[in-house]
Amino acid sequence: MTAQSASNFINIGERTNVTGSARFKKLIMADDYATAVEVARSQVENGAQVIDVNMDEGLLDAKHAMTTFLKLIAAEPDIARVPVMIDSSKWDVIEAGLKCVSGKPIVNSISMKEGEEEFLKHARLCMNYGAAAVVMAFDEVGQADTKERKVEICKRAYDLLTGIGFPPEDIIFDPNVFAVATGIEEHDRYGLDFIEACQEIKEQCPHAKTSGGLSNLSFSFRGNETVRRAMHSVFLYHAIPAGLDMAIVNAGQLDVYDTIDPVLREACEEVILMRKPKALGAKDDGDADSATEKLINLAESFKGKSKEDDKQAAEWRGWEVSKRLEHALVKGIDAHIVDDTEIMRQEIFEAGGRPIEVIEGPLMDGMNVVGDLFGSGKMFLPQVVKSARVMKKAVAHLIPYIEEEKLLLPEVERSSKGTIIMATVKGDVHDIGKNIVGVVLQCNGYEVVDLGVMVPWQDILKAANDHSADMIGLSGLITPSLDEMVTVAEEMQGAGMTMPLLIGGATTSRVHTALKIDPVYDGPVIHVLDASRAVGVASKLLSDTLRDPFVEETAEEYEKVRVARAGKSEKALLPLKEARGNFYDAFLSDKPAPPLQPGDHLFEEWPLEDLVETFDWTPFFRAWELHGVYPRILDDEVVGEAARNLKADADAMLEQIVSEKWLTAKAVVGLWPCARAHDCRDDVMIHLEEEQHIRMPFLRQQVIKSRDRANMCLADFIDPAGDWMGGFVVGIHGIEPHIERFRADKDDYSDILLKALADRFAEAMAERLHQHVRTDLWGYAPGEQLTNQALIKEQYRGIRPAPGYPAVPDHSLKPILFDMLDAEAKIGVSLTESFAMYPTAAVSGLYFGHPESQYFGVAKIGRDQLEDYAMRRGVDVAIAERWLRPNL
Amino acid sequence: MNYAATARERLNEAAKTRILVKDGPYGTAIQNEKLSEEQYTGDTGLTMDQKGNNDLVNLTQPQVIRKICDSYIASGATLLATNTFNANQISQADYGAENLVREINISAAKVIREACEEATAKDSLPRFVCGAMGPTNKTLSLSPDVEDPGFREVDFDEVKAIYREQADALIEGGCDFILIETVFDTLNCKAAIMAVKEIEMERGHDVPLLISLTLTDMSGRNLSGHTVEAFWHTVRHAKPAAIGLNCSFGAEQLRPHVQLLSGIADTLLLAYPNAGLPNELGEYDELPATTAELVGRWAEAGQVNILGGCCGITPEHIGAIADAVRDADPRTWEKADPVMRLAGLEPFSFTGTKPKSCCAAGSCSAA
Repeated sequence: MTAQSASNFINIGERTNVTGSARFKKLIMADDYATAVEVARSQVENGAQVIDVNMDEGLLDAKHAMTTFLKLIAAEPDIARVPVMIDSSKWDVIEAGLKCVSGKPIVNSISMKEGEEEFLKHARLCMNYGAAAVVMAFDEVGQADTKERKVEICKRAYDLLTGIGFPPEDIIFDPNVFAVATGIEEHDRYGLDFIEACQEIKEQCPHAKTSGGLSNLSFSFRGNETVRRAMHSVFLYHAIPAGLDMAIVNAGQLDVYDTIDPVLREACEEVILMRKPKALGAKDDGDADSATEKLINLAESFKGKSKEDDKQAAEWRGWEVSKRLEHALVKGIDAHIVDDTEIMRQEIFEAGGRPIEVIEGPLMDGMNVVGDLFGSGKMFLPQVVKSARVMKKAVAHLIPYIEEEKLLLPEVERSSKGTIIMATVKGDVHDIGKNIVGVVLQCNGYEVVDLGVMVPWQDILKAANDHSADMIGLSGLITPSLDEMVTVAEEMQGAGMTMPLLIGGATTSRVHTALKIDPVYDGPVIHVLDASRAVGVASKLLSDTLRDPFVEETAEEYEKVRVARAGKSEKALLPLKEARGNFYDAFLSDKPAPPLQPGDHLFEEWPLEDLVETFDWTPFFRAWELHGVYPRILDDEVVGEAARNLKADADAMLEQIVSEKWLTAKAVVGLWPCARAHDCRDDVMIHLEEEQHIRMPFLRQQVIKSRDRANMCLADFIDPAGDWMGGFVVGIHGIEPHIERFRADKDDYSDILLKALADRFAEAMAERLHQHVRTDLWGYAPGEQLTNQALIKEQYRGIRPAPGYPAVPDHSLKPILFDMLDAEAKIGVSLTESFAMYPTAAVSGLYFGHPESQYFGVAKIGRDQLEDYAMRRGVDVAIAERWLRPNL
Repeated sequence: MNYAATARERLNEAAKTRILVKDGPYGTAIQNEKLSEEQYTGDTGLTMDQKGNNDLVNLTQPQVIRKICDSYIASGATLLATNTFNANQISQADYGAENLVREINISAAKVIREACEEATAKDSLPRFVCGAMGPTNKTLSLSPDVEDPGFREVDFDEVKAIYREQADALIEGGCDFILIETVFDTLNCKAAIMAVKEIEMERGHDVPLLISLTLTDMSGRNLSGHTVEAFWHTVRHAKPAAIGLNCSFGAEQLRPHVQLLSGIADTLLLAYPNAGLPNELGEYDELPATTAELVGRWAEAGQVNILGGCCGITPEHIGAIADAVRDADPRTWEKADPVMRLAGLEPFSFTGTKPKSCCAAGSCSAA
């Protein structure tokens, strides 16, 4: 029955405990609850099974702080999914907390300190509120210190509690952990007494649990984290088998028992278990006649060592330098890379070698390991990008030496496997995918010339010639980029080039490449599905033996695609007139009421922390080619670890973005009266102020529908007798200086991370704004209360289709929308000639409020609709054809 | 019938031999009476328009309630709930009828009590009067203001006081049980439980509860986000005589959730779904035979002890359900292991470091 959480020991963190975490205390004192909530979130994300909340601080209104914080985390499904431990020494704070917690919490704590009557009164309230309770081994006389007192008090409390019907399984005894190795002899037994008491209590009190706060134990060694961690770990190692069920300790304050320095471990065991100390060795012999003295002496030598230092000293930092380089590359650790690279360079130099050999030898060997691990699915993109960051730093260190050598030896042989020109085509500003492919190729020894974004074909061709490139890679995210890629291919053909052309990016496809790009260029054209395929494709294309078969195979495959499509291309479409006759018959009297606040609304700085809460993380992982639904992906057997690390890095950067206000989220919204046009049922007339009437033409599905399904058009959701619709643009500003900084630091990882996060901010902003529109500005759903999950699943009324997406495939509606909202002037979001938005992290769309409004794909349209649409838009058919090419 | 036994014991006794049938809703049946505004208002002197205040009908037209109750009794229902879903301070405030909350509940309970006693006098079948308390339209777990997630429209003590008033009046009017139904917010339910616990302490006797959760999405969570199992962990301390699910979905959609709850709850299992999902016009059109067949499958699978109906269910549906489960064996269960059952939005069970060995009995295949 309880298999889903078969844990039998719980570590309860102290990070949301003002007495245990200085940082949390600071946040609460400063009233920064938003960040405090994030602390709880990361704690749960890092695997906390229960979160302990404690606000006992003299200068705080603990009751207020407790209830405020509990209510805030209740609004966060990611946090609220785990039970809460309401931790206070004051009953009124606990009771106030119990009134805010909707699941079944643990109360920490109650005791017989003020007598049986008070104790049972609190226990009954715990029962009636529905809470388990920690019971301190504390009675009218005081805190239990000896084993006998601990057991006696707990047994007495157990009998009293079960006597009033308190469920024994909901009792957790805390028999008090006290400081050991204090130098006071009476304290020496404290550790052992606790451990033995746990065992005895569990035997005498069936089904009850035991718990302890560990930080007291090592109180004498404040400031010496190594010793404290070792003591805690050793203590748990012995207390858990004796029956300890939970402990309050930060997981970061624990070591794996086996990895503790054996000498230190032994000394800790002697202190905690009161064993007779063994001599430390000749030097200290005679010095340590008690376990405490021995540990105190030993502690000196561990002082000031951080956990990181210890681990590294113990492990890879002791290896030979080439192994260290490999380790740093595989693990993505850049802390020592420059030093190690320098040591390696000197070694090679002394052996008569050249600086380039550091790259060709150990560094490339390391990157090959990374490449193999990536290729075999044992490493994932975020890790590879981190590896690349380390590699770049190493190479950057070597470049001056290589340049210096070049002056002496003008003919240095190239080490590169090949040179690849990479560019995001003209009109498009998206480069996350391109950067990832670039990094992966670089990791594998290719020289990548990255021309950036918005690159016209002239520059691409020139760069290919200047660098004697081996191939060109084009990237694009928005649909108009597909056309621009065709243009680049045509120009390459015109220039008589023959080098391979690689096509990649979110909207590109094998089918599009086969149908539109491959036919216009005689050289090899290859669609690359994702970054992990890029190396395979590049290496085949540059191989003497594999190239021809691969190129032929691909060409044949594309031919097959073309043949298959040729049969299908005449897929039956309804004539436009008939499609219009089969319109979607929305129940128009259900249309939403007019907006509460019609007109334009400007948001110049939406709080970032609010947006973070609305993040839909799944697409973020997808951008890194980690596929799976968040949060399940974090526990995924294959990519889980990579996803968790990436998430941790993202969280760290998010914290900086929010606290240091790296980004500014701006938005503009308009809600306008409108009506479906009387002269064409696919158009909507929008009435702006000052008698301005804007025609917004939409496309209608023409594919023949089965059964009674309609041929949909967005205008079907608008009442010709008068209705309302809206539009919006959101933009996330401010990434540039940070991107520059990352670039300067050769840090592609952070570069990509920031861009991916900026995209999440834009999407979250669009989601939050839409909610604000539904509940307040338009206000047709004032009582809507949705969880973030429900928002992500779009479980609300109304839609916000975006130009360029399936329901409104025509990107060229963006300028109309932007003009109506005056978006460029108001929030600084502009459009490129291909209608891509800049800054890149931007979203625009239209609001429909009708309860039946829904997303659909226009899909293929006929020539008749193209001509009709061109007329309605007032443009040449040729221009409309270019806009609508993906749908033709 | 053993009159000395407590209501809880009598219910458990009756539920041992067969599946018990609960009634259906009152709202639609009252609407069908087409009462005028004057009839709704009666001689209460209320000044606001009371049309649609179905809870007030308990007070102003008790014969209408009696008629509906009789029709459910005739259909075979032996658990009869009061028509008091909205008879609380928060909901009645919409009608300016807050000062009548107590009277409405007393009157509501009396009508059902009388109907049950008269029927039982004739056929000797045990019947159970359940005082129904709805969720109110305020939520303790969520902020209605998206800008301020820490804001709450009401607090625990207010909601507790409102339930306390209602439960007190229902018991005074003669209810055997308090039914906390359509729980969309688990914390509201905890406030209701606390209210009843206080009444128990004051009166010095057990006031048994029936608790029924309502889900707001197919994945099986209520509005405050609790999974079915987390909800059970959260309310188990109330020692409810029955735990169950109602409203939101029809029997078809409710099936997996009933199955899940049935597998974990060590008390009677109650289920009263809607008559399917509403059609495009918002009407429930599932036929009695269909509902009866769907819930009949739960009965066959031994998953339920008490079956009734919610939105769209009529006395005909209840009759069909009663016929369908007449010969079915009621669900049985085993006492749950003494495991610490905590909950956030999700359940967390904790056995501790020295769990009683399950392998000793040879029943643990994982070992």
